[in-house]
Amino acid sequence: MSRTIIPFGPQHPVLPEPVHLDLVVEDEKVIEARPSIGFVHRGLEKLVEKKDYVEFVYVAERICGICSFIHGQTYCQAIETIMDVAVPPRALYLRTFWGELSRIHSHLLWLGLMADAMGFESLFMHSWRIREKVLNIIEATTGGRVIFSSCKIGGVRRDVEADSIKGILAEINGIEKEMRDITKVFLNDDSVNARLGGVGVLTKQEAYDLGCVGPMLRASGVAQDLRSLGYAAFMDIPVEPITRSKGDCYARCAVRCEELFQSVQIIRTALEKIPAGEIAVKVTGNPDGEAIARTEQPRGEVVYHVKANNSKNLQRFRVRTPTFANLPAMLKVLPGCDLADVPVIVLTIDPCISCTER
Amino acid sequence: MSYFTMTQMALKWAFSKPATTSYPFTPRKELVGSRGWLVFTDDACVYCNVCAKKCPTGALVVNRAEKSLSIDRLSCITCGCCVEVCPKDSLELSSSHGAVQLSKGGETFQRKET
Repeated sequence: MSRTIIPFGPQHPVLPEPVHLDLVVEDEKVIEARPSIGFVHRGLEKLVEKKDYVEFVYVAERICGICSFIHGQTYCQAIETIMDVAVPPRALYLRTFWGELSRIHSHLLWLGLMADAMGFESLFMHSWRIREKVLNIIEATTGGRVIFSSCKIGGVRRDVEADSIKGILAEINGIEKEMRDITKVFLNDDSVNARLGGVGVLTKQEAYDLGCVGPMLRASGVAQDLRSLGYAAFMDIPVEPITRSKGDCYARCAVRCEELFQSVQIIRTALEKIPAGEIAVKVTGNPDGEAIARTEQPRGEVVYHVKANNSKNLQRFRVRTPTFANLPAMLKVLPGCDLADVPVIVLTIDPCISCTER
Repeated sequence: MSYFTMTQMALKWAFSKPATTSYPFTPRKELVGSRGWLVFTDDACVYCNVCAKKCPTGALVVNRAEKSLSIDRLSCITCGCCVEVCPKDSLELSSSHGAVQLSKGGETFQRKET
């Protein structure tokens, strides 16, 4: 049978960001997928030469629009390790609170996109309606909707008043109730199950060998969540990785649905246990040394490598983002699938191309 | 049953107020604490230039001799660094998001001689 190459992306209704795939198809079956990236490269790593290490927090936050806060937090953690800064516990709890809020809004965004990719428009609208409430909490507490700008080296820039914590918890309870409704549809609806079940299966061994991270890895049965390492306030708040064993698109969807409620629980615990005290310490001098920081983003593990030589500007800055780690797995599961399943499989790795290309 | 979950939601929203608003005819409700428009009041400003030095995008230009401060609205990322470092509290971020910027260049505030 003759083979045809079908270009997929960079502009495609299912893709929120530009990635291009050359799909080699035989009839309706995909035989091979050849990716090409580089459409949104912005050279942010090179910017360390122009921006000093304090200002660079704002650049790090702009690597990604969805997990912006965790990017800023990871960068700060790396610099704090080099400079040996002890961050006040209240700041660590606030970082955890905002980090989990951004996880909820990222997962809700993904669930909405997933529903849209399946043609379930009303579910897409409801996911994003709930996400808007999360964004309102974020805006009220940090001042920004998606770019929080609330993390700085040595702590955080804004405090959450004790009076508003009660209101936030009440709002979170309402959001949780509404999320239960929409996740019920994602997990129990026959049409969703038929569309996602058994599609794009990645076995446990393959996921491990290909170096997958985040929900992609956990959906294949590997219990790995960097939050269990105990960065920020996770040393006091234990996190059990949520896993599934099937490794198909449905399992990835289910992991993300459950992580929503896990994050809600973490936020509740963090706000209840939040200690009083300072929110930041003064940081003076320039960093000198090398450090690696790892955190769990909504999409998986992000690794920051920072090298400094006692000057205002960093010497080297490198980011390994979760989507970059998950791309090989996506290319592994695409061959053999139906052409109609490609959008769903591409979406289940939650591709964040701006992160990947920086 | 999930079929009925969607039915219930559809029925609920069919008889409820829409979650969306008809922006710009209905302005968005401002949230207290939101970082919006940078507001400058020149009463107490000593034109020390600290805000301009700390601005990560170089959106602020201070001229001490002429007693003027210029804000480039298109460069400003409303991070609030200038507000934090201002010794005289002359700068603040209002929760409203201000007008649409139609032209390039800074908005200059010149102190009026009394």
